Amino acid sequence: MRSILLRTRRWLLQALLIVGLSLGGIAMVAPFWWVFVSSFRGISETFGRSSPQWWFTSFDLANYIAVLQRIPVFLFLLNSFKISSLIVVGQMVTASMAGYAFARLRFPGRDGLLGIMLSPMMIPPQVTIIPLFIMMRYLGWIDDHKSLIVPVLASAFGIFLLRQHFRSIPAELEDAARVDGANEFQIFTLVMMPLVRPGLVSLGIFNFMYYWNDYFRPLIFINTPEKMTVPLGISLLKGYLGVGSDAWVLAGVSLAVIPLIVVFLFAQRSFVEGITMTGLKEG
Amino acid sequence: MKPRITNSFPTSLPARREARAAFLFLLPSALFFLAFQAIPIVSVFALSLTKYNLFKPPAWIGLNNYLDLLADPRFLRTLTNTVLISGLYVAAITVCGLLIALGINALVSKTLRSIFRTVYFIPMMASFAAISLVWWYLLSTDFGVINYYLAKVGIQHIPWISSSKYALYSVVLVGVWRSVGFDFVILLAALQQVPKFLLEAAIIDGANGWQRFSRITLPMISSSLFFCITINLIDGLQYFDVPQIMTRGGPGDATQTIVMYLYETGFRFFNMGYASTMSVVLLLLILIVTLAQFVLARRWVFYEFSRE
Repeated sequence: MRSILLRTRRWLLQALLIVGLSLGGIAMVAPFWWVFVSSFRGISETFGRSSPQWWFTSFDLANYIAVLQRIPVFLFLLNSFKISSLIVVGQMVTASMAGYAFARLRFPGRDGLLGIMLSPMMIPPQVTIIPLFIMMRYLGWIDDHKSLIVPVLASAFGIFLLRQHFRSIPAELEDAARVDGANEFQIFTLVMMPLVRPGLVSLGIFNFMYYWNDYFRPLIFINTPEKMTVPLGISLLKGYLGVGSDAWVLAGVSLAVIPLIVVFLFAQRSFVEGITMTGLKEG
Repeated sequence: MKPRITNSFPTSLPARREARAAFLFLLPSALFFLAFQAIPIVSVFALSLTKYNLFKPPAWIGLNNYLDLLADPRFLRTLTNTVLISGLYVAAITVCGLLIALGINALVSKTLRSIFRTVYFIPMMASFAAISLVWWYLLSTDFGVINYYLAKVGIQHIPWISSSKYALYSVVLVGVWRSVGFDFVILLAALQQVPKFLLEAAIIDGANGWQRFSRITLPMISSSLFFCITINLIDGLQYFDVPQIMTRGGPGDATQTIVMYLYETGFRFFNMGYASTMSVVLLLLILIVTLAQFVLARRWVFYEFSRE
């Protein structure tokens, strides 16, 4: 009797949890779905009706055609992809090298230097944006993708993350390679790098998401629509250019958001693990 | 003759060689750090003591910018807004993230667990810019989906964005909705690492659910919680994208943050000196808050292995 009661209680608790989590889950996904279905219909059908429509009332590509005629969305996607990928690759190189030196090599002043080089982790880009803008202007990099890429080719966060991963590699592997006559460079490329792959993936995913979605720096450095990234470009849809129809905005948002969500659904395990790892590797 | 296999050359040479290797490995990062972190940080302090509009050379005006800032009612307003926004943001996102993580962790079904994990992470894939546009429509007073359903339960026409009473909360809500996935994913991973035997031992000892949570789970995940709060705080203090797109800081200055005011001053009016002063204040604010956090952390964060 008691065990039946306990079991029913447990099942009820599970059911309650599932209901609660589903309600929250709907709140997470419904806005995207609403944008998607609304992007295929005229503006009066979206905002003129008495109740929100959650299914396709029409399947008209007119909004997409209108958006693509006015705003180079595919160019935005290409720009974002190019900029984020180059940053990711650059940071993988710089962070793994510095992370390795801080984790595995001995040299005078190591801990002090580490402290100094990690300090920018607490300093958001907004703090240094004015001098950086002046610098970019001096270099003639305003309205050039270089201004978005070059300043962030190395990061304190990347060094920190990779250092944690290098530290977790057992010293025996390194010693064995050294006995076999490998030099520092060979130890790094042939022994260490394959072992910190999870760290590199984690850094890559984190950075890709961060720089793909970056709005602040492109807003300041980029002026020409053809050079804009996705977040900056779609923000033009509303207001800045005064593009009329709200239905076009929804189509533009769909074009901007769907590619990354699709990528995520296919590779979600690495995404989630990538983010998780940034939080777990401590001390 | 003593054969020394492992140390066939003088000890100082490998040490020197290692230091040289370290120098080369560090060189790229150090150069970028110097050019794009160290120099800008020093310059921002120097610029904050000048009047500079990009077109005429900077003119030294001492601490005048700081005095102006203290007397600038708009700055004080944006400072208050920023503190309020980050406070609300951190509280809401941490609590929501923790609740979702606890809920998902308590699920028996593995499939459901992975489905929910995916679902709650999805908004993280969209930029703040995109979701601000989306929520601008959803929260519209007259046509918004949110108000439509609220009207069904008797709550009429809430001016989510157009009223200074609600706009700040709306702006925080959108940010929390977008980024709660970060907190929950990290906290879920932490929860899964809480040793089962501890919880089972507590059950045997007769601890109830709340006691198990507050005495075992919470201390065991406290370092991850601390990590989330630190990141969220810094995010909150630099809040920009959502209000910039959704409200433009309005109505009035109700949702104007420090970074928005900095952006306006520096890049609309090209008042680089005054904007730099705001950067310095923002930096100090972040340093104070982070420092306070680390000091407080000693009281509540528990590191399993670092206790001797």
